[in-house]
Amino acid sequence: MKARLGLVLLLVAAVALLVFAAACSPAPAAQPTSAPSGGQPAATTAPAASAKFTCTDKLGCVDIGPTDPVHIAYEFVTSGDNSTLGLDTKYGAELAVDDAGGKVLGHTIKFDGQDEGCSAEGGQAAATKIAADKTVVAVIGTDCSSAAAASIPILMQQQGLSMISPANTSPALTDPAQHVAGYFRTAHNDKVQGAVAAQFVSTQLKFKTAATIHDGSIYAQGLVSVFVDNFQKAGGKVTNQEAVNVGDKDMKPVLTRIAANKPQLIYFPIFVAEGGFIASQVRDVPGLEHTVLMGADGIFSPDFIKAGGKNVLGFFWSSPNFAAFGSGYDALVAKYKKKYNVPGVLAPFHAHAYDAMNMVLAALQKPGVVVKDADGTLHVQKQALRDAIAATKDFKGITGNLTCDPNGDCADPKIAVYQETADDLAKGQTPSKPVWAPGGPDYTPTLLP
Amino acid sequence: MTAISETKPLATPTAVPAWFKQALKMGLIGGIIAVLIALEGMVQAFNTRDIVSGVVSMGIIIIFITYFATAYVAAAKSGVASPAVGLIIGALAGFIAALSLVVLIAVGQVINIGGMIISATPELYDLLTFKQGLTTGSLTILLSGLGIGLAAAIIYLLPKAIRQALLYGLVAVLLFGLLQDLVRVTLSDFDALTPIVKFLYTSNGLSNEGTIAVFVIFVLGSYLQSTRGALVQSRVAALPSPARMTLKWTGVVLGVVLLFLMPVLLGLYLTDVIDTVGIYLLMGLGLNIVVGFAGLLDLGYVAFWALGAYTVGILTSPQHATGIIHNWWLAAPFAIVVALFAGVVLGIPVLRMRGDYLAIVTLGFGEIIRLLAISDFLKPWEGGAQGIQRIPTPAIGPFQFVTTQLNLPILGQTPFQPQQMYYYVIIGGCLLGIFVASRVKISRLGRAWMAIREDEDVAQAMGINLVVTKLLAFGLGAAFGGLSGAILASKIQSVYPQSFGFLISANVLSLIILGGMGSIPGVIVGALALVGLPELLREVGDYRYLFYGAVLVVMMLVRPEGLLPEARRRMELEEPRAEEVSASTQEPVRATTTEP
Amino acid sequence: MPLKIGGKLISLTDVAMFIIGGLILALVVVGSIATLLHGKYTARQWMDLVVFGVALGGIYALIALGYTLVYGILRMINFAHSEVFMSGPFTAYFLADAWGRSGFLDQNPVIGLLAIFILAMGISTIVAVLLERIAYRPLRFAPRLVPLITAIGASFFLQYFFRGLYGPNIKVYPDVPALKGNITFGDLNVTYVQILVIVASFLMMAVLQLFIMKSKTGKAMRAVSEDKQTAALMGIDVDRIIVITFVLGGALAGAAGVLYALMFKQVSFTMGFIPGIKAFTAAVLGGIGNVPGAMLGGLFLGVAESVGPNLFLDGLGIPAPYQLKDAIAFTLLVLVLIFRPSGILGESLAEKRA
Repeated sequence: MKARLGLVLLLVAAVALLVFAAACSPAPAAQPTSAPSGGQPAATTAPAASAKFTCTDKLGCVDIGPTDPVHIAYEFVTSGDNSTLGLDTKYGAELAVDDAGGKVLGHTIKFDGQDEGCSAEGGQAAATKIAADKTVVAVIGTDCSSAAAASIPILMQQQGLSMISPANTSPALTDPAQHVAGYFRTAHNDKVQGAVAAQFVSTQLKFKTAATIHDGSIYAQGLVSVFVDNFQKAGGKVTNQEAVNVGDKDMKPVLTRIAANKPQLIYFPIFVAEGGFIASQVRDVPGLEHTVLMGADGIFSPDFIKAGGKNVLGFFWSSPNFAAFGSGYDALVAKYKKKYNVPGVLAPFHAHAYDAMNMVLAALQKPGVVVKDADGTLHVQKQALRDAIAATKDFKGITGNLTCDPNGDCADPKIAVYQETADDLAKGQTPSKPVWAPGGPDYTPTLLP
Repeated sequence: MTAISETKPLATPTAVPAWFKQALKMGLIGGIIAVLIALEGMVQAFNTRDIVSGVVSMGIIIIFITYFATAYVAAAKSGVASPAVGLIIGALAGFIAALSLVVLIAVGQVINIGGMIISATPELYDLLTFKQGLTTGSLTILLSGLGIGLAAAIIYLLPKAIRQALLYGLVAVLLFGLLQDLVRVTLSDFDALTPIVKFLYTSNGLSNEGTIAVFVIFVLGSYLQSTRGALVQSRVAALPSPARMTLKWTGVVLGVVLLFLMPVLLGLYLTDVIDTVGIYLLMGLGLNIVVGFAGLLDLGYVAFWALGAYTVGILTSPQHATGIIHNWWLAAPFAIVVALFAGVVLGIPVLRMRGDYLAIVTLGFGEIIRLLAISDFLKPWEGGAQGIQRIPTPAIGPFQFVTTQLNLPILGQTPFQPQQMYYYVIIGGCLLGIFVASRVKISRLGRAWMAIREDEDVAQAMGINLVVTKLLAFGLGAAFGGLSGAILASKIQSVYPQSFGFLISANVLSLIILGGMGSIPGVIVGALALVGLPELLREVGDYRYLFYGAVLVVMMLVRPEGLLPEARRRMELEEPRAEEVSASTQEPVRATTTEP
Repeated sequence: MPLKIGGKLISLTDVAMFIIGGLILALVVVGSIATLLHGKYTARQWMDLVVFGVALGGIYALIALGYTLVYGILRMINFAHSEVFMSGPFTAYFLADAWGRSGFLDQNPVIGLLAIFILAMGISTIVAVLLERIAYRPLRFAPRLVPLITAIGASFFLQYFFRGLYGPNIKVYPDVPALKGNITFGDLNVTYVQILVIVASFLMMAVLQLFIMKSKTGKAMRAVSEDKQTAALMGIDVDRIIVITFVLGGALAGAAGVLYALMFKQVSFTMGFIPGIKAFTAAVLGGIGNVPGAMLGGLFLGVAESVGPNLFLDGLGIPAPYQLKDAIAFTLLVLVLIFRPSGILGESLAEKRA
């Protein structure tokens, strides 16, 4: 009996020691006021007259101690087949942190996050982990629309956070009937991009027939259905609506199927792996030697050009208009390749992630969002931050001039159509100048096979 | 081993002693592991996080752990003839492991391997050499290897109680540092515990005081446990029987109360992990009936999960014309029935197949269901790639699934969120599942299943109706999957076909085998280990599945019979062991006669 | 009495299975007739589809040989075989890429390709042997499903290990000019790569079959496959034979991987998973443990995937049938196994033993 008593006593003593030590360690509020550490412009801080800050924000505040970092979380897919996409967005956002000098409001930025696994249940687990961490100020994510659907109720509705997605394209997420406040995206709504592609094919190329291929992803399937709707409205005929599976290699059978109906164009807005297989195999299929090919921003990358080889000559993409921001983009790619030692570019959304991070950082620095105490403690007001992001207007990002609409769509609606030239192909790069943009001058047909 | 190390030098005086070879071998293995860890990019990836704030980063610590483990294993394996030899072995193994890293750095200076291996950048060499330049850095590496190797050998040579206590303390500091986010996040749910968090952690890693506190508490705790633990146990055993009963019942009541209060105590995130564990546990219980009880290897179990989820989705989502039932509780029984029916129907064509033929056909069924779910063919009915959204919560009357604030005694105010409410639905489902599974197991049907598992032909000869028995196993197993799927659909409020890949089936199969096939407590432990583990491994970020795979292999190697094998299985295991013995007795035969 | 009921029900099962089999068969026939009557595709297009299928099937067959070998000896599904398949060509990519850029592959295609093959086969073999040593050998006497789980774990580990080494993005093999171009037989176009794949897979299968049937080691392998205990008593070093099996399987997987990379160009850390599952299906389809069976199963599967969706589903008016090609492959597998429960060429003995 004695031994047990001893054990219990010891444990009690240990816990008491711990609590005592904890009580003795200085709480940040009680710390003597020292000079503000950061050299941050005063405009960002409200007058810190009252020593005690009381949070009046509707969604509450995140308090950041004088030496604590500003914690921004990501929710990307960093495992499995889609991890290319996830690491790409993660790198893009990290580069934005680097470019900000790793600091905002005089505090270092802590940028870490969770794997959403490109699934609804993975998204929910990741979002819950982020939600449980009370230091998180804002979220960059998700990559996959399915993960977003499961994350939004937790992060936006339960937790009152704001999230900017660099890669969700599903129209449902910003549909006025379904949009949840606090959710934003710098990626393009499939609705816009699919419509531009259909408009280009029917009014510029003046094609009457087209075939489509999707890969069973929410992105591709969504784009294809918007394209089909618009193309048919414009009087075009969709000869085949085909689909492949992620992981398929042999595309010739499905292309043979399309060849039987002899469409003028094949629209396949999918990702690099399967898109590359289609591009590299399409000319081997009798009947498709001269069919025009078109894709979307998912394959607007040098990797696709490498995978497709010489068949990419004359290829069309719909993609955000990088032309106006060319130099910024090139510099970003250069930094990207240097830092991550990646030959070529991973996936299409790193620039969107870069912009998303910058939008969050800019919003944090807007007046009235963050209250800074004299000792350097920050109080981030969640509703104010949400409002500041929503008020983003003419933000000069790499992917365009970003302006958020009431439903959270912040992407520059300027989608343009690009075409691969022989020169670009030789260099293995994507074209830098669009050949057509909605409302712009007509496309002058070149390089049509 | 010791015998060899003593006799060998006698036979050939000039030969290298065996312990030296052993140290060399272990050092090389450790070195290769250290080099691979570095090339995997873990040093860079973990460098931003500190175990002890400002003192030791996680990136360096993994390398140090490798040295430590190498030296410790080397010392343990050599049997240690004398303490001095033990120290030399440890230091040598640690040194050689460190030397491998120096070689890597040297090679990296000459050849640019960065073009192939993405992490072999100047940044890596910089980190490995502690940012001290090549010469000083390399010397530091070698010295640290030597030192850590020596320390490992010293710890190995200490008396068992002290050694264990020290190791526990080190591991505890490591875990508290590694899982800092988790600990911080869980504790900070309660205002009253905030001072403890503030004491233990700085914004990046353990604080100095926190490190010492954790180390001291765990060393003392472990030491007392190993020296006095047995005594306490014997005292309890010596208690008069009524007192023991009271103790036992107090334990049971405490367990039930804890089970009930769990979501409040664990906080939001850990409760969500438990929810996921519960959803997999239900699947595990179902698959355990098919594989564990009846011995029918099913690699496509995810099909029934999908069917359950889709049934609920189609019946309840207002997006669809078929979304006519707006109450989850009314839709869930349909999900169970649909899954049960599917289990029986898919069971018919495979009645004759055995072993791996069965495995591949069931795998095929799983894929067929997923492909149909994703296809344009069925899109008008169930959404295709776009899935089904807006599936209702299992709310009844006043029990709504929205965030509420709880005011607890002592712990203060804490939010109570939907994930925490789902816990009760899931735990209810699991308890029901455990009840059904354990009752069925000891029923006539359960015994018939086990007879089939042991020998189908004999079972049939004994008058067991193979067809009915097998189909019941498939059907009942599938029903559990259906219920689990129905809960999943409601919990994530949406269903997407991408969720139902083969990996889910593999995961569920792994968890029942890891737990101990056929054993219901085993399924619970397996689910906690295999589903909880990847969630905890979120702390290692991109390396989550690397560790997951390694842990799966190691756990199976250490405990091939499972963590909690069922009693009957344990008996059976004697048989293969006997085989092994007979195989090893054949060793001389094999050694003398080579191939014909 | 219960036995009689049981007996009666068993025969009812037969009826039920034949009904299911018949229904699938009827669907296949009706779909085919409808498609052919519609006449949307020319004979030439059908021939093309068959050729695509045979080339794909050749690769499935090569990977399937590795599964079948290991299964034949150890009676275990080596799930990590798909990672053995991935590791070789993924590593050899760096050699291929360097030589592709320096022009070495243009000037010396034979030496270059040979070196790439040897490197890939070597890496795959090392991975296979390490796998056996670390993950399988300690469990040789454990319950049957335990090595299956270590295989799944090892598969995860290897995938993410190689991702960590070489990065997650897709790598593209260079074009080999010597393999460009095609031969025309009348209406039929066959590319050099397709010919290479088909010839190489048949060659390797033949060599393997000869090795197993004629050589002393092959004989020992067959003996171990029949009965490990007895084989050991006969003086056969079982461990050595098992290692040799993994060496053979690994080398074949490495070779298959390079052929795959030459045909489809892209390699990445997840490239093994789907071909692995398909190859395993092919092995079972042909009768697992049987070398010509694996070959036959692979070709059957390749052609079924290539021709099936067009032939069976198009006529039934199902949209985007190629999405369902794997479903067709698995349905045909069920059909075959209903009528031949141990695969096309499998002996009925296999059923008893499995």
